[in-house]
Amino acid sequence: MYKENILYLYKNPLNKKDLVDFDICEEGINQMCGDEIKIKIKFENDKVVDVGFVGDGCAISQAATSLLTDFIKGKTKEEILKIKDEDVLKMLGIEISHTRIKCAMLGKNTIQKSIK
Amino acid sequence: MKLGKDIKKDFKIFDSNNLVYLDNGATAQIPNIVVEEMNNYYSVKSNIHRGAYKLSGNASKKYEDARKVIADFLSAESQEIVLTGGTTSGINMLSQMLCKDLKAGDNIVLTRLEHHANLIPWQQKSKEKGFEIRFIELNKNLELDLESAKKLIDEKTKIVSFVHVSNALGVISPAKKLIKIAKKVGAITILDGAQSIVSIEVNVKDLDCDFFIFSGHKLYGPTGVGVIFGKIKLLEKLEPVNFGGDMISKVSYIDAIWNEVPFKFEAGTPPIAQVVGLAKSIKYMQDIGMKAVFEHEQNLCSYTIKSLKEIEGLSIIAEEAKRVSIISFVIEGVHPHDIASILDSQNIAVRAGHHCTMPLMKHLGINGTTRISFGIYNDVEDVDRLVEGLKKVKELF
Repeated sequence: MYKENILYLYKNPLNKKDLVDFDICEEGINQMCGDEIKIKIKFENDKVVDVGFVGDGCAISQAATSLLTDFIKGKTKEEILKIKDEDVLKMLGIEISHTRIKCAMLGKNTIQKSIK
Repeated sequence: MKLGKDIKKDFKIFDSNNLVYLDNGATAQIPNIVVEEMNNYYSVKSNIHRGAYKLSGNASKKYEDARKVIADFLSAESQEIVLTGGTTSGINMLSQMLCKDLKAGDNIVLTRLEHHANLIPWQQKSKEKGFEIRFIELNKNLELDLESAKKLIDEKTKIVSFVHVSNALGVISPAKKLIKIAKKVGAITILDGAQSIVSIEVNVKDLDCDFFIFSGHKLYGPTGVGVIFGKIKLLEKLEPVNFGGDMISKVSYIDAIWNEVPFKFEAGTPPIAQVVGLAKSIKYMQDIGMKAVFEHEQNLCSYTIKSLKEIEGLSIIAEEAKRVSIISFVIEGVHPHDIASILDSQNIAVRAGHHCTMPLMKHLGINGTTRISFGIYNDVEDVDRLVEGLKKVKELF
């Protein structure tokens, strides 16, 4: 589970910033560990032009949220809502144990909740 | 009887793998003889307190014998033992029964250490009734501060409910002293013993608490069963909150008269197999002796704290506190969840997260901890494997 890319993203997360100019802000909580993240998204012409997240988390949640926030750039709300759990797992490229699925999906669930 | 490795043979889970089980605070493993005892009940299953036939009579006797075993274990009387579904259900029941006459201006005193189970039931009642909830502060060692307790507990304090051993940090509360402070103002005292009952010899008469609550599953017993000890005079005065079969002595279409204590608090068919199983777990623990258990866990704690200090960047939470069986720690730059997953890949089971004490974690300024909690079957070899595992965590991160 702890491949190099995951550990690299944990130490060097992507899009970890607090946006000043944004359209949507949503908080997500991982009930298992109490980790909280806050995601902000800026849209232009219905497409994501910027996204940032803040908050602590484990390596899995930080890596997954990093990859996902990069992935949604340039995408419409409809396209974002179509993202499935499997897509996130593919991005991570690792096997996630049952107990850690919530960590991997924290970013995805928070983003999708924000635009529903 | 020798504790540690030698008694692993009593537990099926340790038969066929090299599991290092260090999450006894979540639930403890169950001895084979306890499973057998429950199987014995199920193989001649019958309900209690109702059938006129032998089978039911035998089940009733087993159930009431179990109540006596539990009572003896706490140095209480059988009548003072109310059987419940667990600690959480016990505290919920008490909060329902004890808050009836509380009002704005009154207060209930808890502590910063409480498990959600000894917090949320009171929060909910406070919203309904308007009373205040106060929290006893911690000293620099993260032990309960008795000076804070003296300031917070006043003539308007109706209930003082507190954790006997912190499930998150392992810190032992100065229960007798705190109970004395509460008694001075006539407050009802409740001890959440879910975590203490497994490691400390509990004598409710000596503690002089009004209520003592615990679960079966942490005490090497089955899930789904718990105990409320209550002083008989209080139990007699209290009105039940669960209604139905078995808790009544007389019923008409208009009204009902309650059964005697403790039966008036046990509506419906209770968890018979689990109660019988719990009594067997208690007998198993009595054979070992609670003093031996305490000593064993103290030795393991000292050894572990010393060993953990070898790991760079690791801090033990409440290191200086008077503790039992539980050690919570953080490692700089590594999330507790990741620590637990990497340990799991080496077949070492620990708990990571907030341990159902979210407000405490926030109070301490941390997101969560990695927690190890010992049982009677753990030994220094388990600790050595843990330390090896943590060294691997450090290598990865």
